[in-house]
Amino acid sequence: MSDFEPKIIGFCCNWCAYGAADLAGVSRIQYPPNLRIIRVMCSGAVDPCYILEALTKGADGVLVGG
Amino acid sequence: MELARHLNVNIITNAEIKQVQGKAGNFLVTVVKRPRYIDLSKCTGCGECARHCPTITLDSYNQGLTRRAAIFIRYAQAVPHAFMIDREQCIGCGLCEKVCLAGAVNYAEQQEEDTINVGSIILSLGNRVFDPRLNFEYGYSRYPNVITSLEFERILSATGPYRGNLFRPSDREIPQRIAFIQCVGSRDELHNRPYCSSVCCTYAIKEAIVAKEHSPTTLDETIFFMDMRTYGKDLDRYYERAKEEHGIRFVRSKIYGVDEVDGTGDLAIKYVTEDGAVTTEDFNLVVLSVGFEPSPQVIDLGRKLGIQLNKYGFCSTSPFSPVETSKPGIFVCGTYSGPKDIPETVMQASGAAGSVSALLAPSRKTLVKEKVYPPEIEVDGQEPRIGVFVCHCGINIAGVVNVPEVKEYASTFPNVVFADDNLFTCSQDTQEKIKQKIKEHNLNRVVVASCSPRTHEPMFQETLREAGLNKYLFEMTNIRDQCSWVHMHEPGRATQKAKDLVRMAIAKARLIEPLRQLSLDLNHTALVIGGGIAGMTSALNLAEQGFEVHLVERSSELGGAARQIHYTLEGGDVQSYLADLIQKVTSHPLIKIHTNVYIVDASGYVGNFTTGLMVERTKYIEAIKHGVTIIATGGKELKINEYLYGRDPRVLTSLELENEIVKGNPQVTSCDNLVMIQCVGSRNGERPYCSRVCCSQSIKNALKLKELNPKMNIYILHRDVRTYGLKEEYYQQARQKGVMFIRYDLDNKPEVRTVREDNRYLLEVHLRDPVLGEELIIDTDILALAVPIVPSPEGRELAQLYKVPLNEDGFFVEAHVKLRPVDFATEGVFMCGLAHSPKSIDESIAQAKAAASRATTVLVKDTILAEGIVSSVNEALCSGCGVCEVLCPYSAITVDREKRVAEVNEALCKGCGTCAAACPSGAVQQRGFKQGQILSMIAAALEVS
Repeated sequence: MSDFEPKIIGFCCNWCAYGAADLAGVSRIQYPPNLRIIRVMCSGAVDPCYILEALTKGADGVLVGG
Repeated sequence: MELARHLNVNIITNAEIKQVQGKAGNFLVTVVKRPRYIDLSKCTGCGECARHCPTITLDSYNQGLTRRAAIFIRYAQAVPHAFMIDREQCIGCGLCEKVCLAGAVNYAEQQEEDTINVGSIILSLGNRVFDPRLNFEYGYSRYPNVITSLEFERILSATGPYRGNLFRPSDREIPQRIAFIQCVGSRDELHNRPYCSSVCCTYAIKEAIVAKEHSPTTLDETIFFMDMRTYGKDLDRYYERAKEEHGIRFVRSKIYGVDEVDGTGDLAIKYVTEDGAVTTEDFNLVVLSVGFEPSPQVIDLGRKLGIQLNKYGFCSTSPFSPVETSKPGIFVCGTYSGPKDIPETVMQASGAAGSVSALLAPSRKTLVKEKVYPPEIEVDGQEPRIGVFVCHCGINIAGVVNVPEVKEYASTFPNVVFADDNLFTCSQDTQEKIKQKIKEHNLNRVVVASCSPRTHEPMFQETLREAGLNKYLFEMTNIRDQCSWVHMHEPGRATQKAKDLVRMAIAKARLIEPLRQLSLDLNHTALVIGGGIAGMTSALNLAEQGFEVHLVERSSELGGAARQIHYTLEGGDVQSYLADLIQKVTSHPLIKIHTNVYIVDASGYVGNFTTGLMVERTKYIEAIKHGVTIIATGGKELKINEYLYGRDPRVLTSLELENEIVKGNPQVTSCDNLVMIQCVGSRNGERPYCSRVCCSQSIKNALKLKELNPKMNIYILHRDVRTYGLKEEYYQQARQKGVMFIRYDLDNKPEVRTVREDNRYLLEVHLRDPVLGEELIIDTDILALAVPIVPSPEGRELAQLYKVPLNEDGFFVEAHVKLRPVDFATEGVFMCGLAHSPKSIDESIAQAKAAASRATTVLVKDTILAEGIVSSVNEALCSGCGVCEVLCPYSAITVDREKRVAEVNEALCKGCGTCAAACPSGAVQQRGFKQGQILSMIAAALEVS
């Protein structure tokens, strides 16, 4: 398991979590590059089917930030 | 950023005012621009220069706790986002010039003078903080672990000297016991700073709470204070939470001194508490809550402009014109006119802008720059032709991510007809290049892989519009903030991630469509609800700007709560001001006054509201159409049946006492003993807020009584004396004149009894004196109660009609406490006065002008452009189930009961997409974030490796 590299899809709200991810960058906080963020205008817009689609297409995890 | 991007705001930094000539409406201002040695039009803020600069100096932004290069940018969000050279530190080696790929360094730059013609001037010169070295006994600068609150603020910041780790300066150890000393350079006559700095109590609590969040261990924190002045909206709750939930200890005390405990870096604080006990306690770190003072530079500028300053150098203002200086056409806002917090400052700033708008209304729109765009190119039905622009961002991206490789990769995808990489995709020349490439390759979609769309998307969209493309044919992906900057040590995997992100953006770009922005007509009339000082001030300001106003008052006459106030603490004559204001409002041709009126109905949205008014006791309803709504429904004194109020005629409220004083009732003015009890029915479980004005109100009455009858014994029983800002001066005056201030606690409240003695009933006040530690009995002639201010009950109805929120105390809730203090989250609706929270007359006036000013930003528009990212309904799929209607936070979607389909009001829709996610049949789609578009990104993200 030590070389397991999960593929994570993130849905981030433009007004908060996406901004937080930007701030992590501005603050040069380092984290592993396994996350692919998709910007949404509100975490309320994350249709459950997006999460299922991501998982069935091979994502190991889904992060919804809002 | 918003300001920097604004077409009609010209920002001149690194400059000072040399001279001002002329008068209101026509000033000539001579500005001296100091050289920056950096060409603003070229510098992209990449920071390569600073990395090569060999000179190191103290970083003033981090309060000297860190170092910076001689070429520097003050902080990450600085506007303009460009470097400058500190020539006092620069050794002129020329390295920065060599490494600057943008060619922005110019050592030869000279000081320049410029003359600007303006109609009006707003001074927002601010303050600096007190230098605590003047308080020798606190040990600042002698002991490294005695720091100022501003230094502590930087220590707690993620961009601060220790990257947000809670360390103390001397040894980078984690402190476990921290002390805050309040009123350093405030309420201090010895150092000629007798005023209260207004914000330190609250900021000390904030820092103490934040420190707890940052601390890896249990942290003991103590705040040493005289009076806890958390008088602002909701701040008393914050104080209570600090005690109850966070366990912060508050010690009412005076500090004798701070000494270092030998060899440990720890500090011993010697203090005396109320009961006279002297204690010494050790702490690992001591934070001095330093106060405000005007700097010599701003005092000089004030003198140069010829405006009146007070004895401390703050700009003088009158209680009825809080944003005006003594010189017509020159306005003031913020701490330059006295210490105040951010919400107050922002209100004053909008208020000053409102005053300027009224002054310059005749010349409105004469100098406004407006952009003209080419007609939009039709792209419907065309095969996507995508252009991809990958940014190096100097070395910010290219230093980690292999940018040329990403560009090559992008060009391999179907529909991508052009791919390029640029040193700075945001630079002016690249914008020109993007426009040229759109034309050359007939691009109909553009993808930019660079920084954050949150900061740069509007700029690129602007470029698209200039090239004739709909601005929504743009997709941006973030390979800097969310890639190169956070994976600095993994260039290979960062490059892979950048490729994935670009692939996802291209996948979505294939599916994006042009969106139209609905242009809506706008009604240029304002509705102001409430005819008190706040409502009338708003109405008058709007009318002076040339807008029609309906002013609606529930009762039969204008004036509101101010009708019961006769003079201000500073001595202003409220009744003559009120009479003058009423006269101006009633005689203004643009103001239509409706008295004795209920509001029974409200509908619509920003620019197009309709409100139904019903004249009292009739069924007649008049519908008013208006573009904006200002709610100024005010508040009133709550009569509390405590301490024999209502049962003994000698017990009055503060306002009733004021009225008796003005009437000259000898029972009041000639009495021997008079007691005032503060916080009656406030700051308790039922009403856990401070009414802000009562301390000043009681002191005002006490001073007036002492003036009329110096022999009168006046006792003010209080919990904290909250004479914030420059009001502190009157507290001192009252003490000098012999007014006795005795403190009590909520769990040890005074008791009031009537005791029969001979043929009369004595009114006795019993309490425990915390200084003497003994029971006191005061035989009083008059008892005045400082009762709370409560919002007027009609606020509750209006909250429902206009769908705007109230807090637990019944006051209206603003969109953002600090940034939007007079706006509701609902666009086009604003608030001011006591309906927002308890406040003094000058604060109400400033806020009323602010509300008018904010309303003007809507009213000046010819039309309103709705956002393009809105929801749309496919009627064929919609079953009219109404899930969307229930969930929509903006009430923008309604189900047509007859057609059984949902309909979106695009003017109200904020494009959050909640309806689309909830729709069980997929009938609702969020434009710009359609299901197919998001699914394409998910598929692309998981396509390879």
